[in-house]
Amino acid sequence: MNLLHLHLTGLLGLLLTGPLVAADWMQFRGPDGNGVSPDAQLPRTLDAQSVVWTADLPGRGVSSPIVVRDRVFVTSTSGPRNAELRVLCFGLSDGHLIWERQFWATGRTMTHEKISGATPTPVSDGQHVFALFSSNDCAALDLDGNLLWYRGLGKDYPNANNSLGMSSSLALADGTLIAQVESQSESFTAGLDPSTGRNRWRIERPRTSNWTSPVVFRDPAGRTLVLLLSSNGLAAVDVRDGSPVWSHDDKGSTVPSVTASGGRLYVPSNGLTVLEPVSGSKPKAVWRSTQLRTGTPSPVVLGDRVFLLNDGGILSCGDATDGKRLWQLRLEGPFSATPVVAGGLLYCVNEKGLVQVVDPAKPEGERVSTLPLGQTVIATPSIASNSLFVRSDGRLWRIGRASPL
Amino acid sequence: MIPSPRRLSLGLISGLLALTSSPVSVSAVVSSSALSALRSVGPEGQGHEAAQKAWPLIAAAPAKDLPQLLAAMDGANDYAMNWIRTAIEAVVQREIGSGGTLPAASLESFLKDTRHNPRARRLAFDLIRRADPRAADALVPGFLNDPGNDLRREAVDRLVSEAGKQVATDKSAARAIYRRALHSAREADQIESLAKTLGDLGEKVDLPQTFGWVTRWRLIGPFDNTGNQGFTQAYPPETVIDPKAEYPGKGGTVRWVDAEAQGDYGMVDFNKPFGALKEVAGYAVAEFVSDKARPAEIRLGCKNGWKVWLNGKFLFGRDEYHTGAEIDQFRLPVQLRAGTNVILVKCTQNGQVEDWTKEWEFQLRVTNAQGTPIRSSR
Repeated sequence: MNLLHLHLTGLLGLLLTGPLVAADWMQFRGPDGNGVSPDAQLPRTLDAQSVVWTADLPGRGVSSPIVVRDRVFVTSTSGPRNAELRVLCFGLSDGHLIWERQFWATGRTMTHEKISGATPTPVSDGQHVFALFSSNDCAALDLDGNLLWYRGLGKDYPNANNSLGMSSSLALADGTLIAQVESQSESFTAGLDPSTGRNRWRIERPRTSNWTSPVVFRDPAGRTLVLLLSSNGLAAVDVRDGSPVWSHDDKGSTVPSVTASGGRLYVPSNGLTVLEPVSGSKPKAVWRSTQLRTGTPSPVVLGDRVFLLNDGGILSCGDATDGKRLWQLRLEGPFSATPVVAGGLLYCVNEKGLVQVVDPAKPEGERVSTLPLGQTVIATPSIASNSLFVRSDGRLWRIGRASPL
Repeated sequence: MIPSPRRLSLGLISGLLALTSSPVSVSAVVSSSALSALRSVGPEGQGHEAAQKAWPLIAAAPAKDLPQLLAAMDGANDYAMNWIRTAIEAVVQREIGSGGTLPAASLESFLKDTRHNPRARRLAFDLIRRADPRAADALVPGFLNDPGNDLRREAVDRLVSEAGKQVATDKSAARAIYRRALHSAREADQIESLAKTLGDLGEKVDLPQTFGWVTRWRLIGPFDNTGNQGFTQAYPPETVIDPKAEYPGKGGTVRWVDAEAQGDYGMVDFNKPFGALKEVAGYAVAEFVSDKARPAEIRLGCKNGWKVWLNGKFLFGRDEYHTGAEIDQFRLPVQLRAGTNVILVKCTQNGQVEDWTKEWEFQLRVTNAQGTPIRSSR
C-alpha cells in the first residue's frame, strides 16, 4: 500500500465513519440477527473501485466479521490441526491490524474441510468482543485486546462436540451471553455471565448434530426469548434462566437458522414454516410452504417479501403474508453465505467469491451488478459504515462507496 | 536433581529461572500472587474473578520478564495457559508498539531448556522470530528431535524442503533426507505426506509399523444396538473377558473370534467377521505387554460410537456416528502397568443406511505423549 493510497483510504475512512454513518454490526446477521441493515446504503453497482481496502488474514476461518465502533473483528484458526485460535482487530478506516490475540484450543479441533475452527461468529456488547470457536473455547476481550476471561467449554464438557465441526454463533441478550453447543454425544445451551464467563444457566438440549445459531426474540408479552432450532423443532427459552417457554415440535433444519422479522418467525422446517408468537400460549402457525426452501443460507425478510437462497444459487422470493412463491432468479452458485440486505438490495456472495447484487423490487428480481473477489468465500458478509465486509480464509475486504453519501 | 517442570511450584520456577535466564532478575510482578491467580483458573470459570484482577498486572510487566512469564506455563492447566499467553501477547504488543525490543537472548535460553512446557517453548521461538528472524531460522535444525511437536514440525518441514531441492539432481540423497524427516516426524499429516513422497521415489514406507497400530485383536458380536440403546447397555464383555464364553447376541449366539487389523491404517473391521450389519454393537479386546509401568496414551480413530477400557477401568466413550474419523482423533492418557495390559473397545453401529455409513470399525495405537509409538513387547 503506497502513501497516497494510505492517505486516500484514511480520508475515506474518516468520511465513512463520520457522525452520519450506519450502525455497528456486532453479531452474526447484524443488529437484529436477521441479515438486514436498518440504515446502511451500499453501492448498487460494484466494481473494482468499490474495494476500500483489503487486509490479509492468517490461517482459516468462515465466521463473519463484526464491526464495533472504529474496529473490525475477525476470528481465524491456524497451525497443525487448526489448534491455534486467533482473534484479530483491524482499523475500520484503513484495515491496518491493531492487535491480535492467540489461544491454544482446549477442546477438539477436528472439522470438515469446508469449514474451520473459526466458524462461529463473535458477538459484542459494544465494549467487549466474545469469540467462540468450533472447539468450544470462548474468549472475552475488550476492544483493545485485554483479556476479560477465557472459557474452555470444550474441556469442561468434553463430549459436546462434532467431528464435522461446530458452527453456532454466539448471541447476547439482556446481559446474558448465549452459547448453543449441540451434538450427538452431548448437547447443551448455556447462558453465561458476560462479565465473568461463569454459567448463569445450562440446559440440556436434544442430542443431535446441529449447526444453527440462537436467535433473540422479544415476544408480545415483553419477554426476551432465545430461539433454539434443531432437528427436533424450535424451542423458545427464557433468557433469564433458560427455562422453556414454548416449543414448536416439528422437524427443523440443522444448518440454516431462524429469521425473526416483523413479529414473525421464519423457520427452516418442512420448507419454510412461519410462526407468529402470541401471549400466553404456543406460537400460531401462519403458513407453510414446501416450495420455499433454503440450503445452507438462512431466510431473509425484506418488507412483505421473504427470500430463500439454496446452495445451487436459486433465489426464491415469496409473499411473506401467505407463502406464495412469486418468482425465482438463478444466481451463480454455489452458496453457503446468507444474503445480507442494505438499501433494499440483496448482497449475495457465492463460494467462488462472486458478490452479486440483486434488486428484488424488479419484476422477477434482477442481478444488477457483480464483483469477483477471486477467493473462496463461505462466510456470511457483514454491513457497517455503509460498507460490506467480506472475508475468505486469507483476506478481509471492505467494499463500499468510493465517495461519501 | 532438578524437578520436572510439571511439578514445579511458582517459587521453584522463579528459582530455576534465576539460573536459566541470568542475569535477568525475577521481578516483583512474576513473583507476586498475580501470577498465581492466573495459574489458579479452572473449569467452569473457577478463579476468574481473581484472575481478572491479576491479568492487567501481568500484562503490564516489562518485556525483560517474558521468560519468567513463559516459565509460569510450566505445570499450568490448559485454561491458565491461555490467560498467561494473552498477557504475554499484551506485553509484546506494547513493547514492539513503543519501539522496544524483545529479550532475544534470554528467550533463547528459555527455549533451549527442554524441561519447560513445550507450548511455552514454541511461543518463545515465535517471539525470537519476531525479534531476530535470522537467529530463529538458525535454531530450526536443532528441533529435529525436540520433545515438543510444534518445534519438531519446523525441523521436519525444513528437511522436507532441503530434500525437495535435491530430488531433481540426486534422488538417493533426497530419499535419505526424507527418511531422516520421517524418522523424526510424530504427527500423522507429516508422516503420511513423507510416506507418499518416499513412495513416489520408489521407497515403500511400512505405515503400520511407523504408526504402531495394535493389530492383534479378538472380536465378539453382534449385540443389539437398536435405537442406539446398546451404547449404554453393559453386555457381558464389559464385566468379564472370557475368551471361551458364548453369549446370546443379536440374531444368535456370539463368541470371540480372532481378527487382524488391516491395511496401512490398521483398521479393526467388525463387518468382516459379522457382516455389514446395522444397529449392532461389538467388542474388541487386545493384550498389550509393556516392559515397564509408564504413562502413555491410547489413541483412537473411529466414526462409530465407542467406549474404551484399560485393565477394566473405563476411560471414555462417545456415541457419535459417521461424522468423520482421523488418525489420533481421540487421545486418552493412561498409565500402563508392567506386563500384560488389557485394552477393551466397544464399537457401536447405528441404523443409518447411506453408503457412507457402512463402516463399523476403529484404529488404535499406544504412544507416549508426543506420539512416538509404544509397541507391545509380545
